[in-house]
Amino acid sequence: MSVEQFKLRMRRYNPESGDAPYWDEHTVELEPHRSVLEGILQARDRFDGSIGIRCSCRQAICGSCGVRINGEPALACHTHLEAAVRGAREGAIEIEPMGNMPVIKDLIVDMDAVHWTKVRRVTPWLINKQPVPEREYLVDHDSMVDVTQTMACIQCGACVSDCLAMEVDPGFIGPAALAKAYRFVGDPRDDRQFERLNDLAQDPQGIFDCTHCFRCVEACPKDVDPMGQIMRLRRIATSDYQIVDRNNGRRHEAAFTTLVRDYGLNHEAELLPRSYGGNSWFGKFAPAAGKELLSSLPVIVKGLLRGKFNPKTAIFGHKLRKQDLDAVRAIYEKVEGRERRYELNLYVTGSDEDAEAPDAKSETGTPSEPGATNEQVPIASGGAEESAGA
Amino acid sequence: MKVAYWPGCVSRGFTPELHGSMAKVAPLLDIELVELDRACCTGAGVIAEHNQELADTLNARTFALAQQVEDAELMMNICSTCQGAQSECQERLDASASYREHINQTLASEGLSYERGLTNKNFLWLLVEEIGLAELRSRVVRPLSGLRVGPFYGCYIVRPRRRLGIDEAHPRDEYLHRVIEALGGTVIEYAGMRKCCGFPIITMNKEASLRQAGLHLGDALDAQADCLVTPCPLCHLNLDLQQPLAERVVGRELQMPVLHLPQLVGLALGLEPKELGMGRHIVRPTSVIDWSTSVVGAAA
Repeated sequence: MSVEQFKLRMRRYNPESGDAPYWDEHTVELEPHRSVLEGILQARDRFDGSIGIRCSCRQAICGSCGVRINGEPALACHTHLEAAVRGAREGAIEIEPMGNMPVIKDLIVDMDAVHWTKVRRVTPWLINKQPVPEREYLVDHDSMVDVTQTMACIQCGACVSDCLAMEVDPGFIGPAALAKAYRFVGDPRDDRQFERLNDLAQDPQGIFDCTHCFRCVEACPKDVDPMGQIMRLRRIATSDYQIVDRNNGRRHEAAFTTLVRDYGLNHEAELLPRSYGGNSWFGKFAPAAGKELLSSLPVIVKGLLRGKFNPKTAIFGHKLRKQDLDAVRAIYEKVEGRERRYELNLYVTGSDEDAEAPDAKSETGTPSEPGATNEQVPIASGGAEESAGA
Repeated sequence: MKVAYWPGCVSRGFTPELHGSMAKVAPLLDIELVELDRACCTGAGVIAEHNQELADTLNARTFALAQQVEDAELMMNICSTCQGAQSECQERLDASASYREHINQTLASEGLSYERGLTNKNFLWLLVEEIGLAELRSRVVRPLSGLRVGPFYGCYIVRPRRRLGIDEAHPRDEYLHRVIEALGGTVIEYAGMRKCCGFPIITMNKEASLRQAGLHLGDALDAQADCLVTPCPLCHLNLDLQQPLAERVVGRELQMPVLHLPQLVGLALGLEPKELGMGRHIVRPTSVIDWSTSVVGAAA
């Protein structure tokens, strides 16, 4: 394969110099299938030995070379030059340091100050159930397969870099650390599920601070699905452990779910007061709801004056017809009435059509068959009953 | 074309102008809307967060109802959040025959069954992929000349890319840009155009939520946009309804009008701002509209 020229446009910054960041361009010569990292290293070797980049394995395992390429998070070693140049503006591949973390130099960010501090925050080690067995723990196979997704994390920080909640609230524990938290909450050998969940639910910058923007899902080079793990933490905290947090997380979820059961449609005017004041019609009279309503009063009045909300709909909500509402309620009764939640994790099972996909992490050769029987949970959800019995 | 139409909840609740403007715009584009008035809320991700199977079953019911609409070419929605929540459920339902069968067992008592492979498109996707930009352009009677429009996509309709079918052949995360251009407007790019409006955490962390909305509105203002356009009514709630509160959090005056996608299309197709419910917004699009002549243009 022939060598081609690629123009790299790197964001350079040395905080110690006192100078502002600047763009620096170099043209490198490499085969198109080579990585952006190799391009950066060639630029450093040939043109400017002071270019700062952190790297080690060069094969997407160590997680050292996280950067932004053309504005998107990526591992420099895991991005081909030919792919990067397709997304390049004006022909130059733009390379920047990751976001949400302070720059140490050029493309090197301070992972310690942000990422690792947050990971340490979630107690990232196993706290054994006592007494510790003489031999190894015997655990349910599926529940361990379940946590392999979070174990695939290589701590590159790409999700932290792109987290939109952290952008406005730097104290948010964030996607990588919360995915790590699920790794232990989902582990049947761990003895502190409740404490872990309660801690993360009560923290104003914990699991309920995630804005559900999917940026981490998209950023992750290893398909860890950090947001999905955060949603599972919420699910287990609220549904299994009934943890009532002070961030309105559980109340909001309960109010939403109940209103759709009772009306078939979302009833916004009820949802908000119930999220603050508690999941019943009386929720709006709770002091917490009153305070919120008061602060939103100018907006509410304006909305009413402009005809934005129909007062009738605002008070009584909009409902499905009885026949359909009955059908919706029947679905609720059946599904919520199951002894254990039924959850399909495509990361583990893969899909029928691409069973051979590399993502399908079936180690046993006998992939679980979701739906084979009604009451069997193909992929354990890490619920309370299960952890107690393991 | 005939579509099974899912309007969502908010478009019939706190943003009635969205549902109303869609109904006005549809005939101008020869879209016949068959409203799925028996279907329930998608759960907006919150029900899935509570119980995945519950969300999958409720949405499978909606899909099954859509598949019963005779001669409908596809299902269409006007809410990014609905699109995202439904795509997530559909991904699981389509991935596994046994899972689908399991869910269909619950629907059987109503005589419903979901069959793999429903096409469900947001109005934005339908505009570009089914109607086509050339056709859209040919129907414009009042081009948005000189109007500087900032696209605001919202999260659920652009991520995750694989699930939403975004690739080089279907650059759906560029479609708002293309529609604005086709309508004769000028696209204004700004930092927040594909970021989160903050709505999902409005009850959990109000300050962070409003800060997100305020930052994006401010970015658009700095880029000299006259208004924003969004395909998501929940984004609209945070960007328009909550804008006065967002102004307080970010400490600057914003006054940035935010239009729903069918409103922007409707204006260019010759409808009057009032018909499109534009007087109902909290931030009135006065700066972009001459109310007496209905001519759209940049503020003088």
